[in-house]
Amino acid sequence: MNDFSYTQAATAKEATTLRKDTPTAAYIAGGTTLLDLMKAHLQEHPQLIDINALPFRGIEQTKDGLRIGALETMSDVGEHPLVLQQFPAVSQSLLLAASPQLRNMATVGGNLLQRTRCGYFRDPAFPCNKRVPGSGCPAQDGDNHNLAILGVSESCIANSYPGDFSVALAAFDAVLTLEKGKGKQRHVPLTDFYRLPDSTPHIETVLEPGELIVAITLPTAVPAQRSTYLKVRERSSYAYALTSAAVGLDVQAGTIRAARVALGGVGAQPWRSREAERTLVGQPATDATFRAAAAAALQGAQPREHNRYKVELAQNTLVRALQQVAAG
Amino acid sequence: MDTEPQFFDTNATPGVVGQPLNRVDGWAKVTGQAKYSAEYNSLPGLVHAVLKTSDVAKGRVTGFDTTAAMKQPGVVAILTHQNLPKPVKVPDSQVNKGTLNSPMGFFPMLSDEVHYAGQPVAIVVADTLEHAQYAAALLKVNIAPETPVSSYQDPKAERYVPKNVKGTAGVTKRGDAQAAFQSAPVQLTATYTHATNHHNPMEPGATTAHWEAPDRLTVYDTTQGVSETQKTLALMLGLATEQVRVVTKYLGGGFGCKAWVWPHVVLAPLAAKAVSRPVKLVLTRQQQYTGMGHREEQEQTLRLGATKDGKLLGIVHEKTSTTSPWDDYAETNSRIINMLYALPAFESTYHLAKASVMTSTSTRAPGDMPGSFALECSMDDLAYQLGIDPIQLRLLNYAEKDPTNGHPWSSKSLKQCYQRGAELFGWNKRNPKNGQTRDGKTLVGWGMATASYPVHNSQGNARVRLYADGRAVVQAGATDLGTGTYTIITQVAADALGLPPENIRFELGDTILPSTQWSGGSTAAGRVSSSVYLAAQDVWQKLIKLAVADKNSPLYGAKSADVEMGNGRLQLKAKPATGEAFTEVMKRASLGDVEGNAQGRYGSVYREPSAAADADMNKEEKEAAAGYSMHAFGAHFCEVHVDPELGTVRVARWVSVMSAGRILNPKTARSQVIGGTIFGIGSALMEQTVRDPHWARYTNADLANYHIPVNADIPDMTVDFIDEHDPHVNAMGVKGIGEIAIVGVTAAVANAFFHATGRRLRSLPMTPDKVLDALRQPA
Amino acid sequence: MLSDLFPPAGTPQPEDGSRRSFMKQAGGILGLALAPPLVSQAERLTAYSKVIQGATDITLRVNGQAHTVRIEPRVTLLDALRERLDLTGTKKGCDHGQCGACTVHVNGRRTLACLTLAVMAQGKEITTIEGLAKGDQLHPMQAAFLKHDGLQCGYCTPGQIMSGVACVQEGHATTDAQAREWMSGNLCRCGAYPNILAAVREVATQQSKG
Repeated sequence: MNDFSYTQAATAKEATTLRKDTPTAAYIAGGTTLLDLMKAHLQEHPQLIDINALPFRGIEQTKDGLRIGALETMSDVGEHPLVLQQFPAVSQSLLLAASPQLRNMATVGGNLLQRTRCGYFRDPAFPCNKRVPGSGCPAQDGDNHNLAILGVSESCIANSYPGDFSVALAAFDAVLTLEKGKGKQRHVPLTDFYRLPDSTPHIETVLEPGELIVAITLPTAVPAQRSTYLKVRERSSYAYALTSAAVGLDVQAGTIRAARVALGGVGAQPWRSREAERTLVGQPATDATFRAAAAAALQGAQPREHNRYKVELAQNTLVRALQQVAAG
Repeated sequence: MDTEPQFFDTNATPGVVGQPLNRVDGWAKVTGQAKYSAEYNSLPGLVHAVLKTSDVAKGRVTGFDTTAAMKQPGVVAILTHQNLPKPVKVPDSQVNKGTLNSPMGFFPMLSDEVHYAGQPVAIVVADTLEHAQYAAALLKVNIAPETPVSSYQDPKAERYVPKNVKGTAGVTKRGDAQAAFQSAPVQLTATYTHATNHHNPMEPGATTAHWEAPDRLTVYDTTQGVSETQKTLALMLGLATEQVRVVTKYLGGGFGCKAWVWPHVVLAPLAAKAVSRPVKLVLTRQQQYTGMGHREEQEQTLRLGATKDGKLLGIVHEKTSTTSPWDDYAETNSRIINMLYALPAFESTYHLAKASVMTSTSTRAPGDMPGSFALECSMDDLAYQLGIDPIQLRLLNYAEKDPTNGHPWSSKSLKQCYQRGAELFGWNKRNPKNGQTRDGKTLVGWGMATASYPVHNSQGNARVRLYADGRAVVQAGATDLGTGTYTIITQVAADALGLPPENIRFELGDTILPSTQWSGGSTAAGRVSSSVYLAAQDVWQKLIKLAVADKNSPLYGAKSADVEMGNGRLQLKAKPATGEAFTEVMKRASLGDVEGNAQGRYGSVYREPSAAADADMNKEEKEAAAGYSMHAFGAHFCEVHVDPELGTVRVARWVSVMSAGRILNPKTARSQVIGGTIFGIGSALMEQTVRDPHWARYTNADLANYHIPVNADIPDMTVDFIDEHDPHVNAMGVKGIGEIAIVGVTAAVANAFFHATGRRLRSLPMTPDKVLDALRQPA
Repeated sequence: MLSDLFPPAGTPQPEDGSRRSFMKQAGGILGLALAPPLVSQAERLTAYSKVIQGATDITLRVNGQAHTVRIEPRVTLLDALRERLDLTGTKKGCDHGQCGACTVHVNGRRTLACLTLAVMAQGKEITTIEGLAKGDQLHPMQAAFLKHDGLQCGYCTPGQIMSGVACVQEGHATTDAQAREWMSGNLCRCGAYPNILAAVREVATQQSKG
């Protein structure tokens, strides 16, 4: 890691002001993503601003749903009774991720800012458009075994967010509260938070320079209460998803009244599939319906040589998740 | 060897040998007190060295830009091929490679040449680790790249048949296997592929080098063989052997990759010499993937001919794999295929392709592990095709003698392994048809495979010093990779000296101790235990000599040959009541201690010490001279659950039964078998290092993307041993078990997968993409 | 013998006090020395609670004892323990949060020391493998690892044990399947998993009875 100065910020105002003074400074909370990237020489920052003292905490019931402070850890959110009761898929997405130690350290706000595990991004010896714009994308005809097939571009086929939590958040209409300082806050739906790579894969989110993630709000919804997160990986634990599905269903008298579907591992960003949801709603909760929804979700997939299997695997993952939720 | 005492005779009723003692080094390990090679922090003026490695896989270094790096605080030196002190001798030819026990016929940082991605090109030395790391990151190495070859699969790769691989001819023939296959009533042909695998010991390679004087070097190294490393460092640095001391008190796993002197082991003392300070050099996890070898990616085609009754007639085996620009290296897969069954004819051909990679190296059961995958899957195919139970088919082809040379086995209990394993597993409840059993959404299958691993001849020394107060210090320069060497040798010494184990202190891992060969090739348990046992006999002989000449001894005047040791007493064989405690003899002689020395062996013959560090331990002619073929045998049984939609394969149950001579400690032995099996499960289901086809550089060189099994992957496991009395293998009757446990594991999993799904997966690892692909094929 | 690639004499050598290094407290006079020339920014700086730059004395509470160690902010807790305090029981297996060998307890929670900055561990209770036993009395988890042979090479062992202690405390070792999953953040290449499981489950069962 480069030599950096370390500053504790006591308030959001302090943090954002410091950041304004040193635009290349970075916020640090749990540090599990940031220090990993800095050790790999993928990022350098002359200053780290410790935001752990900021009051972005608490898991509270609001009249519309749950409000989760961005500085809560993955462990605490994943095991919180309110989350378990109202958003089982969100809890599962947290507890199936990383390892117990990492979940103790990582904050949910920081979790949203994970960066791709694409081997070409992770190793500065390779060209990578995400790391060095314009340098190229060797993944296109290289090792793309675990890269994305939806929303990808000529510039980049990385699953820019490799984790699980945002996939569940995408499914259940989470809204992020962001703050740039001076108490000015804005609200961005999770599904608008990430940017598709297009020709600018190095710009990954709509987060503005210096902006902090304050909280995540999850609106109460019937499908969220009857939900699951299913993750397929190459070993049973402590591995990134090949494919995953966060789904929720409201089934009444055998008919699907409402559905939430998001896929992980396959999209350039956490992949909310409204096509799949449209295919499900109004239909009987049967395997045939689920399969049609899965086909709709993967419409337009652009697989490469080594990730072709994901087209089928993602559909099967989604079907299985829907079956599990439908079976209660 | 006829005159060599045998533990079976002197200790017919063992005391702690064979008992499940807790690890004697366990206390140090569970309290964090065990000191590994990167943990000697108090050396005076210790500085940190960080390797800078090549980004590209092939090219020439055109220059270094050190400006930014040198501006970093604390930087002591930046060493490159332009200023690094040169070794006296380097492994630049096959001759030097052999003498130097070098895993590669190449040494980096001697010139501007770059031959593989990750090759060391510079060393940055600084006062702190952080300073060295960041200065290394800032150091710019300019390399004029050339087009690399990525593997044998690269269209640019040129394939050839080498004259030799690891002491085995490139082409070997026993009988006319081609004709046997062509005329066989039942013919099976199949191709098997294996991904690149990495050992990934949890402790990365680390070397701490301290020049205590210009002609005196002490090295704390992560090595499986302190004596081999000592010898190599002395030769390469131009020192006498005794001027180099190598210490490895604790080793954080090895699995073959720490069996050799890799470049960083030599670069660390060179750097220490350059900066005149002790240097600590630790490989990063990423550097571990290009610093200490790997198991090469490979494909095997096996053509098997058999009668309609299932008797083997001939096997033709071909292997194609990647090697480095300098070496003709391949794991010798043919060995196990040649010897495992009563096979009348065998032919094997090795094809190699040179690529821009480092030389692959010994990896847990080299050759036998992948070889058994091809053989044991094909045997399973044959069993299904002929409608014969897989165990029955193996019994039909049971080799009562070694088919390669006609010799009897020194011991073989494979039938009992099959029988016991089948009982423990419940094999008789197996549905002979595949694809029949479901558990919810998953398909359930059972599979089995045979395991075997040869006894590699080796030898070494040990010293036993027995003190008059009833304590003893036992010494041999072995290493304990986590295999239990500390513990089993303590047990052997306790019994051999008639003392409780807590009175024994066993010291290892230091070249100031009696030299012995490396801990590799499953040789250490048999060799070191025998050496120590024989050294204890040497102590007794000295004490007996004293006693029979001592007028005050009840044994006075007896013939030495009539006196024996029993529970710490010297006594008449014919009349055990006549005798006395050894302490009495020593007291009267005013001897504080008595020292015994001996050379013990593993395998059929002693070898000259100069050959002792030779890489090639598998000389068939040595076995031929002895008249016995020596192998451990075993059998694996497993149940897998395959999710046909999600493509996941989970091992649900495992039974292994091994016969490996005397089991010195069933607790640590069981751990060894479980560990080898888990290593194999990893290889079967998840382990692969991917090299980019254009850049010849790994794309997943870390523990997040190279998956080794986690706790949740591993089911309940049952291990049992068949007690075996082998009077030929060594004085203790011990065969090694470090490697046999992995042999057959991948096949057992694949055979269970076939039983579950009716589809044969012949490509490792069996990841979900391949599983889905296989399940799309017709059953 | 050494060529011109070596740094010239006089290159600042850190860790010897020659490099500027200080801890700046709110309103401290040293703060002004670092402050940019604009007065408004200098004023803002005075409001900051704490800045650490360069090698600085910090205090870590490890196993109940306070240790002062002079380090730069970039030093991880792992390297502070291993390289500065010679507490080498905590192991480095990957340095990237991918193996669990560096697991320690920070304020009672299992934490990876390799992804924790030492400066951020100030004021917290750090427990390492060296602090688990009480003298010669092993912690029940250490004793269980010995009994069940939950180790081979021993390199992942401190991390496994620290993780195991936490796993039981968290209540995540109530069944075999649960304990396997919640112990999966600690890789073991020797393959001691079934024995590690047995050790963790035994301690969990003892504690639920006791």
